[in-house]
Amino acid sequence: MKKFLKQFKLPLGVALVYILLFVFSPDIARRSSEVTWEYFLEMAFILPPVFILMGLMEVWLPKDKIQKWLGNDSGLRGGFFSLALGTLPTGPVYVAFPLAASLLHKGASITNVVIFLGSWAALKIPQLMVEIKFLGLPFALTRFALTTIALIIMGLFMKAMLTRFPDKEWLKSRENLPD
Amino acid sequence: MATIIIIYGILAVGLIVSLAKSKEKTKIAFKVAKKSLLKTAPALLTMLGIVGLILGLLTPEKISSLIGAEAGIFATLTAALIGSLTLIPSLVAFPLAGSLLRSGATVMTISAFITTLVMVGIVTFPMEMKVLGKRFTLLRNGLGIIAALLIAFLMGVIL
Repeated sequence: MKKFLKQFKLPLGVALVYILLFVFSPDIARRSSEVTWEYFLEMAFILPPVFILMGLMEVWLPKDKIQKWLGNDSGLRGGFFSLALGTLPTGPVYVAFPLAASLLHKGASITNVVIFLGSWAALKIPQLMVEIKFLGLPFALTRFALTTIALIIMGLFMKAMLTRFPDKEWLKSRENLPD
Repeated sequence: MATIIIIYGILAVGLIVSLAKSKEKTKIAFKVAKKSLLKTAPALLTMLGIVGLILGLLTPEKISSLIGAEAGIFATLTAALIGSLTLIPSLVAFPLAGSLLRSGATVMTISAFITTLVMVGIVTFPMEMKVLGKRFTLLRNGLGIIAALLIAFLMGVIL
């Protein structure tokens, strides 16, 4: 029970906010619950297969190949590959986090994982189509170009930072995954 | 809907190949999946609740009234804040941004909204931290905010 409370203290806190909101501002509470429910349905459909895919990646992706394609010595080709991988029409960004973690674990460089995540969220092809339609081609193209440059800089900087100051707590939590 | 079809399609192919190659390894994959999903569950629930709270408060009309009405640096920063806080599907966000642009919001403000929306995810923080670590998440989103603001500024100047 104590363990459960500790593990679920954040969601329980959020639930408390909802209860208070239902008392003091039922209108907002109703709208919020509707949104939460919608997103819950979406996630309930999408996340189980995503986590199974992640499991399959952990088991099957050959470490040496990933290291070669996306690792520290993959260079420009690795960066380009990560960018392209992210632009594929797949789904919301929270889908990408578990996949990114698997890639990291299999030897992809931090730079490439940052580029992959950034491109997944910001440079998706179907999303660009919608953007061109509503905001115009110049807007979409400029944003695409500037974002790509920003992602590369972010990736290089984060790799430098996390190599010098590794996240020990996180590394420890991932020790017993299959290689 | 397309998302669901694509993901289940990829999964089906992956599972068939995996099962054909080794039942044992497929079992391990499921075990890994179950464990990670359970470990991430509290973060996911938190994220869901917060998305609902934020979008319950910030309806499209509310966002329009906050960033469509005035120009200037204040509107741009408000747009960046809203973009960082919300998780809106692009099918909703881009039409909204387009209509704001036509109704008089500046390119810089609209860019700030879009760039922060796609590069910064405060509501996905709990999940990203659980899966990729605290340091990674803080760095990525912190740098994302800076980059998003710079991009918005440049777009305002260029376009």
